[in-house]
Amino acid sequence: MTNSANWDWGINDKLVADTNEWKDSYNWVEEFYTSPDGEKIAAVVNMDEAEFNVCVNGSAWEIDTPFEKAWALKFSQDNRLTAIISADMAWTVAVDGQLWENTFDYVWDKRFSDDGKTIAVAVQSDGKYGMSVNDVPWEDMYSFITCMALSPDGKMTSAVVQTVDLAQAEVFKFQEGCYTVAPNGKAWSRNFVNAWNMAFSPDGTKVAAEVRHNLYDYTIAVNGEPWDQIFGCVWCPIFHHKKGTVIAPVRTAGAWTMVEDGTVIWDRKFTQIWHQMVSPDGSKLAAVVAPSYGNWTIAVDGKPWDTTFGEMVSDAVFSPDSNRIAAVATENEKYTVVVDGNAWDQTFDMAWKPVFSPDSQYVASKVEKDGKYFIAVNGKLWGKAFDNAWEPAFSPDGSRLLCRTIEDGKYYRRVVPVSDIVS
Amino acid sequence: MAEASEKIEKKIIDEGLETGSKRLTEERIEKVINEVLSGETGARLKSYTDTCVHCGLCAEACHVYLSFNRDPKFSPAGKVKRTIGEMIKRKGRVSPEFIKEASEIASTECNVCKRCAMYCPFGIDTAYMMQTVRRICHKLGVTPLYIQDTAHSHAVTQNQMWVKEDEWIDTLQWQEEDAREEMSNLRIPLDKEGADFMYSVIAPEPKFQPNLIYQAAIIFNTAGCDWTMPSFPGWDNSDMAMFTGDLEIMARNKRFHFEAAQKLKVKRIVMGECGHAFRSVYDVGNRWLSWSMPPIPMIHAIEFYYDLLKAGKIKIKEKYKKSVTIHDPCNVVRGRGLHEMLRYVIHELCENVIEMHPNREHNYCCNAGGGVINCGPPFKKKRVESNRIKADQISDTGAEILITPCHNCHSGMEDIISYFNVDMHIKFISDIMYEVMEKQE
Repeated sequence: MTNSANWDWGINDKLVADTNEWKDSYNWVEEFYTSPDGEKIAAVVNMDEAEFNVCVNGSAWEIDTPFEKAWALKFSQDNRLTAIISADMAWTVAVDGQLWENTFDYVWDKRFSDDGKTIAVAVQSDGKYGMSVNDVPWEDMYSFITCMALSPDGKMTSAVVQTVDLAQAEVFKFQEGCYTVAPNGKAWSRNFVNAWNMAFSPDGTKVAAEVRHNLYDYTIAVNGEPWDQIFGCVWCPIFHHKKGTVIAPVRTAGAWTMVEDGTVIWDRKFTQIWHQMVSPDGSKLAAVVAPSYGNWTIAVDGKPWDTTFGEMVSDAVFSPDSNRIAAVATENEKYTVVVDGNAWDQTFDMAWKPVFSPDSQYVASKVEKDGKYFIAVNGKLWGKAFDNAWEPAFSPDGSRLLCRTIEDGKYYRRVVPVSDIVS
Repeated sequence: MAEASEKIEKKIIDEGLETGSKRLTEERIEKVINEVLSGETGARLKSYTDTCVHCGLCAEACHVYLSFNRDPKFSPAGKVKRTIGEMIKRKGRVSPEFIKEASEIASTECNVCKRCAMYCPFGIDTAYMMQTVRRICHKLGVTPLYIQDTAHSHAVTQNQMWVKEDEWIDTLQWQEEDAREEMSNLRIPLDKEGADFMYSVIAPEPKFQPNLIYQAAIIFNTAGCDWTMPSFPGWDNSDMAMFTGDLEIMARNKRFHFEAAQKLKVKRIVMGECGHAFRSVYDVGNRWLSWSMPPIPMIHAIEFYYDLLKAGKIKIKEKYKKSVTIHDPCNVVRGRGLHEMLRYVIHELCENVIEMHPNREHNYCCNAGGGVINCGPPFKKKRVESNRIKADQISDTGAEILITPCHNCHSGMEDIISYFNVDMHIKFISDIMYEVMEKQE
């Protein structure tokens, strides 16, 4: 989790950098990224043919030789700046300008633990695939890897790996099972026809994944052991962080319901269920659902909200007190934020994942309208329009909002009283 | 032109069909057929089968029937009778040999192109019935080998061609680097959150035709587009699982696709020149997931090029001189009605456009789509010979170039012009646009 207590909440507006000046220094400046605390803005910059670096608050990283390529720029939650880079024809990770010691033939899919202290990437060298965690590669490498995952606490990685070689069109060998899950790089002893999308138990002892026994029979496997129950389809499982049980949407007889450790727990079916989540106190289970064909909403413990939306519901989040839920909803190609089944009055060209205040009373979101970006709280737009903005963050006491914005090329870190926006 | 064969000379052996059918029992066949018929079909199938009066109007619509000297068994109604009709009539009590043949008919003798449905006085959709046969055969494990392998690729990699995740990104970066030789500040922006659109392609592009990604990048950069491509699975919009009847894998891939766009917070998805993928994202795959329409607007390349030209974002230096003709892909013309936009685009790019006949929504199918070309080498000769009518149609235009904005049409007609010695070359719209447009230095 982001620790915002030590961020500077005592100022109003601060001009961090004038990015207009960057454009004079480089051939081109790529997309901007800002640190969670708002103190830094960065971009990949090009100096010459196949010569790249990273510019932070107007200063380039001090490196001996420009990178041949840099991409996947992103700040970790602890405000370190990371990129995947190529130098001397080898790929690695750069953290605040310092390169990992290990290099690879390719690196991609960079992930962070919730506190930002663990960085994991997928790696490939000599045609062998695995993951590298804080610059420590897996001991075992595989001929294929996908569905990479890092546990929220950063203590576990996992991926779907191929353990049996397959030649072209060996369909019947494929159907005997050539894939499994490799927590921390160690493959389960049992193979499946397919495995996808893993979840980690909060105590770090279990990994659950979607699996397919053959072309038709789907279930969930936990630490390599599949449930006895078979379903027509399943989606990504989660662990209940209080009870340690595994919860997943499953399809039976053409409709979806929710199961916990293989047993149905919702008394009604839906035409779709996914993105289930347990409330912080562990008392509620919610998910994005389609109660009927083409109509989307949120269901809490199997009971859908009355309000539905025709296109999509996404980015759902529980409030810290577990009593509220906010999500992004789309209808007629317009986006809005919906809280506890009530949509905000305004619609937007885009809306980002909402965030609750610590006391659960306020919901803030970054929204876009007519090419400009705004910060909205409880449905009210802050009067300022920006050329670019990032998702807002509440102060620990919930009274202020950190807004990271760009206006006329100038990047500002702004701390705004919530009351200024909602009043 | 060569004479077309009058019959398929020898029996085709396909390992997927042979091995799969040998594993069947009549009890399992009966159980699966009845499960699919009772659990997955309903009034739609019943009304189709009950309504057909065997008038034969569908027959003249079918390129396979026309190409095989009007042999009634290759008519749409004939194919229904030889497959799902018998399954229903015999209440599922059919033999493994029957299933093997039914799978071959549904997978290789029908492109689910829906031309016949357009001519049926009752609107009976034979494609739906052939897809139901494919679903049954999938459930029975009797699917042609090569397309089954492709469905497996979709299941593992979320793309059609076993393209590994690093290979995908590396290919984009390689194309970006190459294109900078031509346009020094060109970018293929990866994972650009909040871009106007996500550009999605089918896996044969990074695997075999990266030049198409190169050309698209030149077009988008010239037009000043705000675009992105995902570095993660979901970039491939293609869907052979839809055509094998593995609807669960189809749905999984469509979920990856739309959630990639949702994660990137783009306002729309622009897809490359592919027909079947459009069907999957705009009609079939999204609906299985309960999205009655795509949850994020889907724009086919035809529509996108139309908009670019109309808005003057792409300017033409000099129109293409060679004579061209237009093949209308089923899924974006009969399926979406883009034929007039297609003609606007082609006429903006080309000086001498010769229509083939019939055209627009009445155009004959390429005989590659619907997964037929993906059934691979065992069926290639049969596939090509069963589209003699197309060879005649395009040859009659006398055009030097055939333009078609669909990968399957492209590949299928490459085989046709080669087999029937038609003196013609095939191009995508982007091939021509890239050639004639004004480019930045």
